[in-house]
Amino acid sequence: MASVPGTRFSEDEKRRDADHISFLKHRRFRWLWVALLLSVVSILGYALIDQEPRPNGGSWYGYTLGTIGLLLIVWLSLLGIRKRRMSEGSWSLKAWTSAHVYLGLSLIVVGTLHTGFQIGWNVHTLAYALMMIVILSGIWGVYAYAALPRELSANRGTMTGGDMLDRIAEIDKKLESAAQPLDRACCDLVLDVLRQDVFHGSALSRLTNSYPGCATRKALAGISASGSDAEARVHELLTSRAEQLAQMRRYLRIRAMLEVWLFIHIPATIALLAALLAHVISVFYYW
Amino acid sequence: MSDVFKVAIIGSGPAGMSAAGQAAKRGMSHILLEKTDHLSDTIFKYQKGKHVMATPSDLALRGGGYEEGVLAGMEFEEGTRERILGIWNKHCRIVDPSIPEPEHEVQDFEINTRLNAEVVGVEGQKGAFQIKLKDGDTIQAEAIILAIGTQGNPNLLRCPGADHPMITPQLDDPEDHVDKNVIVVGTGDAGIENALGLATDPALGNTVTILNRGTDFAKAKTKNATDLTSADEEGYLRIAYRTSPAEVRDGEMVVETETGQEVIPADMIITRIGSQPPRKFIESMGIEFTSEDRSAFPKLSPEFETTKEGVFVIGALAGYPLIKHCMNQGYDVIEYLATGEAVKPADEPLLEKVFENLPGNRSVDYWLELYRTQVDLFGGLSTLQMRELMLDSICSAFAPGEAIFRRDEPGSSLFAVAQGSVAVEVNPNDPSITVPIEQGSIFGEVGLVSGRRRGATVRAAEDVVVVELSRKAALKLIGSSPEAAEAVKRISIERQMLQLFGSGLTREDVQPLVDSAVTEEITAGKPVVTEGDTEDKDVFIVRFGSMRVEKGEGGHATFLGLIPAGNLFGEMGVIDGQPRMSTVRAAVKSEVIRIPGEAFLDLLAKKPQLRERARQIMDERRRSNEEIESQKSREDGTVDSFSGLAAFLFDEGMGEATDALLIDERLCIGCDNCEKACADSHEGLSRLDRETGKTFAYLHVPISCRHCEHPHCMTDCPPNAIQRGADGEVNINKDTCIGCGNCKSYCPYGVISMEPAPPEKPSFMSWLMFGTGPGPGEASYSWRKEHGDPNKAKKAVKCDMCAGIDGGPACVRACPTGAAIRVSPDKFLTLAKMTEDVEN
Repeated sequence: MASVPGTRFSEDEKRRDADHISFLKHRRFRWLWVALLLSVVSILGYALIDQEPRPNGGSWYGYTLGTIGLLLIVWLSLLGIRKRRMSEGSWSLKAWTSAHVYLGLSLIVVGTLHTGFQIGWNVHTLAYALMMIVILSGIWGVYAYAALPRELSANRGTMTGGDMLDRIAEIDKKLESAAQPLDRACCDLVLDVLRQDVFHGSALSRLTNSYPGCATRKALAGISASGSDAEARVHELLTSRAEQLAQMRRYLRIRAMLEVWLFIHIPATIALLAALLAHVISVFYYW
Repeated sequence: MSDVFKVAIIGSGPAGMSAAGQAAKRGMSHILLEKTDHLSDTIFKYQKGKHVMATPSDLALRGGGYEEGVLAGMEFEEGTRERILGIWNKHCRIVDPSIPEPEHEVQDFEINTRLNAEVVGVEGQKGAFQIKLKDGDTIQAEAIILAIGTQGNPNLLRCPGADHPMITPQLDDPEDHVDKNVIVVGTGDAGIENALGLATDPALGNTVTILNRGTDFAKAKTKNATDLTSADEEGYLRIAYRTSPAEVRDGEMVVETETGQEVIPADMIITRIGSQPPRKFIESMGIEFTSEDRSAFPKLSPEFETTKEGVFVIGALAGYPLIKHCMNQGYDVIEYLATGEAVKPADEPLLEKVFENLPGNRSVDYWLELYRTQVDLFGGLSTLQMRELMLDSICSAFAPGEAIFRRDEPGSSLFAVAQGSVAVEVNPNDPSITVPIEQGSIFGEVGLVSGRRRGATVRAAEDVVVVELSRKAALKLIGSSPEAAEAVKRISIERQMLQLFGSGLTREDVQPLVDSAVTEEITAGKPVVTEGDTEDKDVFIVRFGSMRVEKGEGGHATFLGLIPAGNLFGEMGVIDGQPRMSTVRAAVKSEVIRIPGEAFLDLLAKKPQLRERARQIMDERRRSNEEIESQKSREDGTVDSFSGLAAFLFDEGMGEATDALLIDERLCIGCDNCEKACADSHEGLSRLDRETGKTFAYLHVPISCRHCEHPHCMTDCPPNAIQRGADGEVNINKDTCIGCGNCKSYCPYGVISMEPAPPEKPSFMSWLMFGTGPGPGEASYSWRKEHGDPNKAKKAVKCDMCAGIDGGPACVRACPTGAAIRVSPDKFLTLAKMTEDVEN
């Protein structure tokens, strides 16, 4: 749809006027209030409605909570599509994220009440457990989103990831020529540095920022700063390389930390959807 | 010679060549006379290998088939100087060893050419002219076509010593000049090319200085301007900015600079400052000019006939410097002579379209004449110039009460009233208060000058016929005519005052202010008002650009606020009589209107309403300043970081932005969803680079268009493909973009990239379900290369603010955390907004 002159302008003005607010505070915590309301109503219902013979997923109230929970889970998992599909319309991903976080948290209440606290070794509890894994990993994600961006920004300054790589490549060029006069042993140390992939390290190294096999560190230990002029020069270059590498590794670590929780959150969501399907089918089959 | 030619064509530039070619094709007896020993002296004197463009690009050349049954005109394609001259030499059967013969086959026109034939006089009447040549010969012709261009009389320096023999208006071959002190005057393309030719080969050992009256190179092509400035940086030559000639003496030139006079040694001075028609010679033939003005052109009929019957003038001398116009005119005149009927000019169908919405079903000529005679601004234009101007314009009629534009609409075009009158609603709260603008006058000039949104709604007061000149056409008109520039300036000052003080004032009230007002250009960072100053007692209006208000010294200055174009400042000191409370400096290159304080006080004394309004402005400012100052005394650093941020944002171009993307790094998780959404909302290319760009404190300014008030990218777009759209966005039309890259080099923020349109991606669902294609976001370069059409031309790509996309900018909509915001500086650069707590 083409923008109608006038309406688009007022929309734009609203956007330019809008306060600058994070997803958690979006619209004065609108979705937090919705989630709280849902939770409180669910708890009150659970406490006040007389469920016979006992609170259970199979009572009418249990079904109600189950349906709400199911719909919520399906809708929450659609965020993955919403995020990637750039359709027109005045939706905002920030609003979706905000709702996703708070409504997702309310599932702790809705889901738990739906179980009627009947836990066992069955497909129903599997679904519940998976849901809790998804929610807990999500809480970790919210923490990461709230805490890490500052660190990421402070670490990178004005440099992009690509700039950091360029800088290392630049130092490497200088290292290569500066290392020419060194003796064999020192040369080998420098060669090891140049040969090692800048992304060297396991996933664990990436997350913990510990790189025991780092050739730059070894070379720094092996080439003396107080040796010949050439050695001192190489030492100096290695020091700046180590600093640059450290900045890049911090960058990679923070980026990884911002994403690693998704490696649990997303597969657990897929498993949850499958388990839910089994849960729903089995419930109706044995009804 | 006893032959009587049907037509004699004087001058062998594009216009003369085209006329001669057409005459030859028709078998009309003709002779082409050229003063020099080669064809097309202007093109011949271009530097070797120079590329000659076929301009204007949207005009049809009288190639084959414009009208059935009419012989096709001469062909012309852009190419190098050598290629074009080679073809023309062949047409005229001229052999010149310095110009290689064209490799492809060239039609032999058998043009009857005579070189070295300088015309010294013309006698006789239509049907029997005697053309006297310098070598004593006389040529007889029934009609004469003058296509001698304007190169004949280069402009002279306007200073003592302008006739000094070391001054030359042209440079044939830079390599003829070694170890010389050279001064080049004029920073158009010719001047820059000469300066570079002389300076950049160190073997020549020339010391070159090029004088620039201002600070920019508005008349030159981008590439030339950037080449010149980089040659200056690398030390090949010197650009003397804000410098103009004061006197030429033996071996030196005295120049006037900002700081006083300076003497530059000189062995040669090249003046590239344009030229005037060889008027005396033309007048001696009995041809009248449109005015006494030095830059006036001969009076011409629509068939290009002068006031001397039988003599026609075409080409640059007729006021048309562009090659395709010239060539079409040559064709048109020959056809007119051959058939006795006027050929419809090549732009006629285009003009019919321009006028088609006007009432009464009138002819193109009727409307051209109406506009020319009714609109004051167009008074000095010839019919031909009118045609050119109207081609770029929108002509429309409005019924009484209909809005022509509304307050706050984006718009930088200029309107002129040809019939009827319009009413300006000066008071946003009461539309019944209006100021009339009468027939012949202009409106919309404030938007044109300031680059900001319309300040008032303008409605037709009766049935009106108006013309809307595009920003480019309006600037060209103003640029080419000092009278037009002066008229627009005066009107815009008056209107800006009327608009500023709201209702209740009339033109008569502000007249003394307008009379005493002067405009001043202020370079970025230069103060207009200085804190503590007691001498300066003037008030100012920002004409274009914006001002930043600061208190305190240098690095520790406290930022108090931004004053956008169209606003008043400096009133406090005048009303109170106190020393200046703060420093006001230009945030970007700006222009202010300086009004003497006394005139302003006089007006205040007469108009209590205005006094009240000024008080209000003052109180608001004072309150806001006091608030910032009181925060400062809390010493928690808020105000200092606010000032630092403001300074940073100004460095990043916020002073001229209208809508810019910022990223709050306290919230940005680096997911690049903004970039992906941008690519997917457009044709698959991201118009923003999130991570690159500068950061200060928590604010990051990514590489993305700021939609400047006066967009740098528009400076020199040959097809005029860059426009401000209905939503205020600066948009590049990808259909008309020719991929020249001018906009990219003009943009100081690096937000334009040149890319071929990428191939279409498989749909999102097929990626999600089956993994086909590269997925959401911009596809990798290798994927685009592999799947794309290698012959697709590169075109300029930049942010269009998601114009036409429901929901608005995709980058903001797609940010999951609220880190991406788009702001306009006048709303964002306030203490409250910038120190807002977004924390969780």
